[in-house]
Amino acid sequence: MNFPWLTTLLVLPLVGALAVSLLPKGTGLVRPVALGTALLTLAVGIGAATQFRFGGTGEGQFQLTEVYSWIPQFGVSYALGVDGISLSMILLGLVLVPICMIAAWDDVPAVGRRQHTYFALMLALSSMMIGVFAAIDVFLFYVFFEAMLIPVYFLIGVFGGTRRAKAATTFLLYSLAGGLIMLVAVIGVYLAGPRGTDGFLLSNLTGLDLSVEAGRWLFLGFFVAFAIKAPMWPVHTWLPLAAEQARPATSVLLVGVLDKVGTYGMIRFCLALFPEASRWATPAILTLALISLFVGAFLAIGQTDMLRLISYTSISHFGFIVLGIFAFTTVSQTGATLYMVNHGFTTAGLFLVAGMLIARRGSRDLRDFGGWQRVTPLVAGALLVSGLSGLALPGLNSFVSEFLVIVGTFQRHPWLGIISALGVILAAVYILVMYQKVATGPKPEGPELEGITDMSGREKWVVAPIIAAFLVLGFYPKPVLDLLEPAVEQSMQTVGVSDPATVVDTSANHSTEGSDH
Amino acid sequence: MGGSMFVAPEINYVALLPMIIVFVGGLVGVTVEGFASRRTRYAVQVPLSVATLVLALVALILLGQDNQGLTAADTVALDGVALTLQGLVLVLSILGLLAMSERFGGDQPDAFTQSGVSTPGSAEETLATKVGATTTEIYPLTLMSVGGMMLFVAANDLLLLFVALEILSLPLYVLSGLARRRRLLSQEASLKYFLLGSFSSAFYLFGAVLLYGYAGSMRFADIAAAITSGVGMDGLLVPGVLLVAVGLLFKVGAVPFHAWTPDVYQGAPTPVTGFMAACTKVAAFGAMLRVLYVAVEGARLEWQPVIAVVAALSMVVGALLSIVQTDVKRILAYSSIAHAGFILTGVVALDVAGVSSTMFYLATYGFMTIPAFAIVALVRSAGTEATLVDQWAGLGRRSPWIAACFTFLLMALAGIPLTSGFTGKFAVFSAAVSQGWAWLAVIGVLASAVTAYIYFTLVVQMWLGDEAGDTVVVRPSWMTSVAILVGVAMTLALGIMPSPVLDLAQSTAAFLR
Repeated sequence: MNFPWLTTLLVLPLVGALAVSLLPKGTGLVRPVALGTALLTLAVGIGAATQFRFGGTGEGQFQLTEVYSWIPQFGVSYALGVDGISLSMILLGLVLVPICMIAAWDDVPAVGRRQHTYFALMLALSSMMIGVFAAIDVFLFYVFFEAMLIPVYFLIGVFGGTRRAKAATTFLLYSLAGGLIMLVAVIGVYLAGPRGTDGFLLSNLTGLDLSVEAGRWLFLGFFVAFAIKAPMWPVHTWLPLAAEQARPATSVLLVGVLDKVGTYGMIRFCLALFPEASRWATPAILTLALISLFVGAFLAIGQTDMLRLISYTSISHFGFIVLGIFAFTTVSQTGATLYMVNHGFTTAGLFLVAGMLIARRGSRDLRDFGGWQRVTPLVAGALLVSGLSGLALPGLNSFVSEFLVIVGTFQRHPWLGIISALGVILAAVYILVMYQKVATGPKPEGPELEGITDMSGREKWVVAPIIAAFLVLGFYPKPVLDLLEPAVEQSMQTVGVSDPATVVDTSANHSTEGSDH
Repeated sequence: MGGSMFVAPEINYVALLPMIIVFVGGLVGVTVEGFASRRTRYAVQVPLSVATLVLALVALILLGQDNQGLTAADTVALDGVALTLQGLVLVLSILGLLAMSERFGGDQPDAFTQSGVSTPGSAEETLATKVGATTTEIYPLTLMSVGGMMLFVAANDLLLLFVALEILSLPLYVLSGLARRRRLLSQEASLKYFLLGSFSSAFYLFGAVLLYGYAGSMRFADIAAAITSGVGMDGLLVPGVLLVAVGLLFKVGAVPFHAWTPDVYQGAPTPVTGFMAACTKVAAFGAMLRVLYVAVEGARLEWQPVIAVVAALSMVVGALLSIVQTDVKRILAYSSIAHAGFILTGVVALDVAGVSSTMFYLATYGFMTIPAFAIVALVRSAGTEATLVDQWAGLGRRSPWIAACFTFLLMALAGIPLTSGFTGKFAVFSAAVSQGWAWLAVIGVLASAVTAYIYFTLVVQMWLGDEAGDTVVVRPSWMTSVAILVGVAMTLALGIMPSPVLDLAQSTAAFLR
């Protein structure tokens, strides 16, 4: 039973990345090896999930833990472990990586070693992704948080569009600036804790008796980094540029999975380590979340670049997620964490299908499209389904989470709940306008449309699992909710808030970890 | 014992053996210059000087531990700090010397002028080129300088410290002026370094005199005792401390005493710059730690804020000015100014963690700087070094391994996790924060983010830029390869598994007083 599941998950893609980069030039094995590694990692990930007990083991917050001393002089441990939230994020990543690889199959021609680099970087990124969600040592988390910038930087910078250098540098500098400010807070929280050779363990830093002032400063140090990552208004400006210049597969991993580190970090670190400061900052953060929600939505409506449009929808959705986290009800936080999973699939659908359209038309500009449901009916249909998921159509995945967030927020802040519901209408506008511009209208004619074919077999393999996820999570979200709820309750408990009195306790069926022993 | 009678002090020669070996090696090198034929000099000098440094390192490791203590009338303190830093200087100078010895098997001109004493463009220079003269005097000069550095970190007396300062500096002034490429620029650099260096030495000496006036002694222990008991001449103390600090801050290139750094780094022969950047920093910070922590620790309320401001200025100015540079060597020069600021952040902490984190940072910085400059020396266009950022465009496609090494070193300089640059920064910042200097750490991380911009601009040029002109990476001999590989390996090792070195730094961080 002591199989190191998480370390295996972490190491497998790295080994794969190394293997891929060592393959000889001109071989056709690069993509199969990379995809094979990603699928194998996914299989191990599912194996790990089977070992996870939904109701908690009664032995602390995290399961599948591995704790070893790493740099005792700094108080650093190599400590991995997952709860429902981190496990769901890891699984999301593991599912999306092979899908992205299939989508990116023909992104880079096999000239020289470029294809080797591209797929090796993707694998390296997926390893970092697992590390950042599985780390239960603050220092280790920070290491992954910063280290994962490097593969993304090269994925954008080497393989992106014409303005890739600027996009990659902007992305890196924003993230580094936030991360480095967090570094001071990381040091600060260690010094405020028990110190010692394992002083960075999350369990040693939870429930510290911080002075009000220190707690608030440290909270801000962490929060700024996560707000940039998430990204929230007003530090969101790097995302549209990065998403526009990156390959769609890169954007999926970046926006769909890695940016979740921002919202995940808010729950795992901001709330858990600084409960007092979290309550203190709530009004400001709720305001920022609402602004993000609406700014993202309005800017999305105004975009003509398909990839930029999708990135702005993400900013709007991240507004929803942050709103749910800081509304502090079990329902809203469960909705927010579920939203983190759903948004991953929705973004994947939107970016990858948009990528298919862009590859066919050679343009990201919406004005170059029109009538494509008559040119490529299947691709246009996939865009519509992904879009409907994005606007939270009942029966598709996002509906459940968006509904939970709005209802949960309403319980505590009725007005905020009502205002945020307006975001749903705006979502309908930007999605339907995009679909209308791309797909409806008379069948276009012209030399640039010669030889365009509908969805290929490979692309069907990309779209099918995503749409399946939309439907499963839309109709039967219970397993995922069961996974998330105990973790959310734990987080609520740490912050020391309980649901408003009028609410029916949705978690009555589940025992919290504490009551198990 | 009458006060007028001179008593010869006890000298523990065994403890001093590592330094003696280096100085003797340097003197033998001078003799070789005089007697060996022009053709054989290189073949003799390289093994001689490497063997000298290795022998000194072996002596240090075997004898150092058991011969700790004060010796030579308490003017030399061979304690954990001194021995560790001496070892570090030796290891780094071996790498630096290997990089300096690079001759590309004769296919490409090396870094050094063929005749340092001739006027650039003169008939003598042409003659020297014709007869195939080589500059092998760099080997004894380097050994002398290394000897001075080893003495510098162990000096426990203001006067001996001054002597060591001059021993380490004078050879460096000469070495800076010996570049083959752009000789006038190199000589200008040398002259600037010499003039400003002499100026700062004068400041140091003046400060030392004031402290002597205050305490009635040059020994650190006596000065510390005088401060503790209070001798009532406080007007001499603070100016004395600050003037002494000026001399030391000049050597590390901290703002506002940094003006020489970019010009000298750019003008000096590239491998010399690497040696100078790594080893001088170790020596000067070692001496600074001893002066501030042992001699004038009692006056900390006076000097700590000043050093903190200097640290902040160095980080900010170094970072901001680095982003407008277009020459790789100047970028590394401004980066060294910023790094001086980061290290000072550790010095300011003024506790055991301050010493150990400073020593650890010095190790990380040394191991990333020497290979960085060694790589700069390999990147060439039309037979001379191509140091403009634009000339590095597209290097990643032409020489992926060298470009990958340089990229990794740049990430280390930027302080990205899993490199030694991160662990080093973490060490000094946490030392500073734990002593209440959080604002300094905040400035430090912001400066790191700024410097990251220029490093990644360089990365962008190497990997994404369009291939420019005829820039090539010359295939290095084993000597440069060893310097680069060891440096890169240490940068990785200290980033991933820093524990052994941190242990060493922590267990040797106590001064003998």
